[in-house]
Amino acid sequence: MNTEEYIASGTLEFYVFGLLSEAENREVKQLADKDETIQAEILSIEKAVINLSYSVAPHLSAANYEKIRQQLIEKHSGVVQMEPKRGMNPYMGWAAAVILTFGLAYQYYQNTEATKEVQAATAKTSKFEQLVASLEQKNTETEKALAVVRDNATSIINLAGQEIAPQAYAKVYLNRNKKEIYVDLAGLPTPPDGKVYQIWALKLDPLTPTSIGVIADKNASSGIFRVDNNDGAEAFGITLEPAGGSKSPTLEQLYTLGKV
Amino acid sequence: MTQEELLEQIYKKDGKAFTALYDMYSKSLYGVIYNLIKDKEESEDVLQEVFVKIWKNIDSYNESKGRFFTWILNIARNSSIDRLRSKSHNNSLKNLSADNFVHILDHNTSVTNKIDAIGIREFINKLKPKCIKLIDLLFFKGYTQQEASDELEIPLGTVKTQNRNCISELRNILQVQ
Repeated sequence: MNTEEYIASGTLEFYVFGLLSEAENREVKQLADKDETIQAEILSIEKAVINLSYSVAPHLSAANYEKIRQQLIEKHSGVVQMEPKRGMNPYMGWAAAVILTFGLAYQYYQNTEATKEVQAATAKTSKFEQLVASLEQKNTETEKALAVVRDNATSIINLAGQEIAPQAYAKVYLNRNKKEIYVDLAGLPTPPDGKVYQIWALKLDPLTPTSIGVIADKNASSGIFRVDNNDGAEAFGITLEPAGGSKSPTLEQLYTLGKV
Repeated sequence: MTQEELLEQIYKKDGKAFTALYDMYSKSLYGVIYNLIKDKEESEDVLQEVFVKIWKNIDSYNESKGRFFTWILNIARNSSIDRLRSKSHNNSLKNLSADNFVHILDHNTSVTNKIDAIGIREFINKLKPKCIKLIDLLFFKGYTQQEASDELEIPLGTVKTQNRNCISELRNILQVQ
């Protein structure tokens, strides 16, 4: 088959259309490499069908290129490094670099500020954590105290004001079952500096005081305090004593007293 | 730029190669895809898929397999057909043959294209109806010789030469020598 006959057979059109087998493709390629006429014919056929399909294509939005570019960058990063599609002003690159530099500087500043804020916030948080812990502890104590106060087995002993402070009063909550004693000092004046209230359990015959607690808290009047248990107590008294408490009560400073 | 120059750029991993590739072939491939899919948005979607495939697999192309355009044409046709199948369009490839690339012009509503379309229709109308069908099946839809022969009820042995005559006619109209 000479070149003309080969061209007339229509094989080259099929070659361009992609309808030949692999073996046929190789054969055409070999012939085209040897014969310029065949090569030129292939190019013309290709040009015609590219023109045809180009002409019948609907309007293709410009955004499409950008979408493909994005897909290639996102899903196949590193596979393609594309230049901007349209000729961009060469100064754009420098402008971008300057903007980037300022941007980075600003970000660095922001980051430093943010770090400071985080540190301050962390300090605040740990303060709050401590506060919460101490409140929780207080709450537990209060709940315990409340449980005793509300307990049916708890007897309340009212301690009446004595000579030194007739208006004073205090309460003792005594629970024999749980072997717990609480005192409420709401009715006592705030102790002067260097002085504390000491709580005494008393046996009456003969009069034998036993110290069951020293309330060192400045705000003694604000709460209920647990003191040591004392099984045989027949009365309770509260005296004002020097800080640290005394071995025996200073009777001149007896503020309140009450019998069980 | 010729296909050879483009391939050289691609092999050299030239940063501009993708843009050149897109500029040279996107519209033609879009025409092929749209002729099968018949929906603009979906066709654009397939076109995106096609270009990603081309770029991903570009190393597997070599000239002994055929023309580069032929290689990407196959990717475009196959991707379109895959899309039609996956969307379980009931249209088999055969049913699609009722429409051809000339109908694209009729259904084209965009204004810019209408102007083009008039010119294009002028030259396409110069093609014989038989040629329009033949080119549509073989080039746009990738029918085999046998399938085209069955579809158009022409002797198997004459498909290639008839197609050859139609393409020659097209080249005359387009003045591609």
